[in-house]
Amino acid sequence: MGVIHVTDRAGQRHTLEAIEGWRVMEIIRDWGLPIEGLCGGACECATCHVFVDGEWLDKLYPPTEEEEDQLDTVVTKPNSRLSCQIIWTPELDGLEVTLAPTGG
Amino acid sequence: MTDHIETDVVIIGAGPVGLFAVFELGLLDIKCHLVDILPKVGGQCAELYPEKPIYDIPGFPMITGQGLVDNLMAQIDPFHPTFHFNEMVESLESIGTPEAPRFRVKTSENGTTFECKAVVIAAGGGSFLPKKPPIDNIEAYEGTSVFYAVRKMEMFRDKKILIVGGGDSALDWTVNLQPIAKRLTLLHRRDAFRAAPHTVEKMRSLVAAGDMDLHLGQVSSLKGENHVLHGAVIRKDDGSEFTVDCDVMLPFFGLTMKLGPIADWGLNLHENLIPVDTEKFETNVPGIFAIGDINTYPGKLKLILSGFHEGALAAQKIHRYVYPEKKLLFQYTTSSSSLQKKLGVAA
Repeated sequence: MGVIHVTDRAGQRHTLEAIEGWRVMEIIRDWGLPIEGLCGGACECATCHVFVDGEWLDKLYPPTEEEEDQLDTVVTKPNSRLSCQIIWTPELDGLEVTLAPTGG
Repeated sequence: MTDHIETDVVIIGAGPVGLFAVFELGLLDIKCHLVDILPKVGGQCAELYPEKPIYDIPGFPMITGQGLVDNLMAQIDPFHPTFHFNEMVESLESIGTPEAPRFRVKTSENGTTFECKAVVIAAGGGSFLPKKPPIDNIEAYEGTSVFYAVRKMEMFRDKKILIVGGGDSALDWTVNLQPIAKRLTLLHRRDAFRAAPHTVEKMRSLVAAGDMDLHLGQVSSLKGENHVLHGAVIRKDDGSEFTVDCDVMLPFFGLTMKLGPIADWGLNLHENLIPVDTEKFETNVPGIFAIGDINTYPGKLKLILSGFHEGALAAQKIHRYVYPEKKLLFQYTTSSSSLQKKLGVAA
């Protein structure tokens, strides 16, 4: 078991218990934080856009071309990722992400 | 001229669940009109994941989103539904009684008015609308300097145009508007484009010839006054910023889904979903039904197959509103010659 830390759009940081094999989008949604995840994790909508904080970006698998295509449809920062494309494993214990603004 | 249409049922949303409702209603001799904001049938299946495989449609070990939509269209063909594309239902007004419901349904754009005996909301995640980038104060410029679609190219003649995005819409409008623009700039977050290769080549040749500009980065803020845009501040990946002079900005970031006017129809809502019962899938307003991803009830699963089931049960109750005098006999398509006649397969 482990946790992820999610900063919501009001700037409040939440520590959520994570489940191995779940998408980070699913963990955030399951805990009731406001993440849309409209397409259900199919990498087709970019409504689960997050900013990955600090050192964590380099610890993730790099985005696929498909994810990059979806990131084209939002306003990104260099640390933008789609949380449906991050599968949680114990190596990601303590992962820090920030929810991107809605609509982006 | 406003079209006025009299029909049995208006289905809002032409996704897989709305399409299959046509089949279930058709078997009961109920005529349908469908309204969808997209220019085509299929909803999310066709718009978001046409090529993606789906593995949980009963009877299909694997079928693509578009494949499922094509099959549903073939399945409902005997019932000749009428489709109204590029239209969004703006208002839904009750003009009957709870015992004999009747509704007036009005759409935007072409302004079609329907009068019907029941309404089926099969709107999935809501209406597909252009994604609005989260840029401070962008609303102040919408409709004057910021546009999410091009309706009349002439509006942009001799303007300094900034197009943002890297997909087909962004590239197509770059190539089409460049000849009439005073100056055109294309802004994208990376030097890779998800658009038809010949359009990308054309854009690259325009850049090479000095006839337009291409920048990599993101809009961080807008400059202007009185709803008129003067420029956009662009932030590059390295954090540095510069300004592009522009009169017009056209962001093409694809589509997203919003509940839209459904919230104003007097229906009970729970977290943007419509609560229904699980016998008839009727809302708190008799005669208005909600099926598929848009509804909620204890145990709800957002699966296409659940939406199919919901449509079949809703059709039973709708039959009582459309044909109050008729007793409904439950029949199977395998054995009923009357159902087979409706399907055009009777021996």
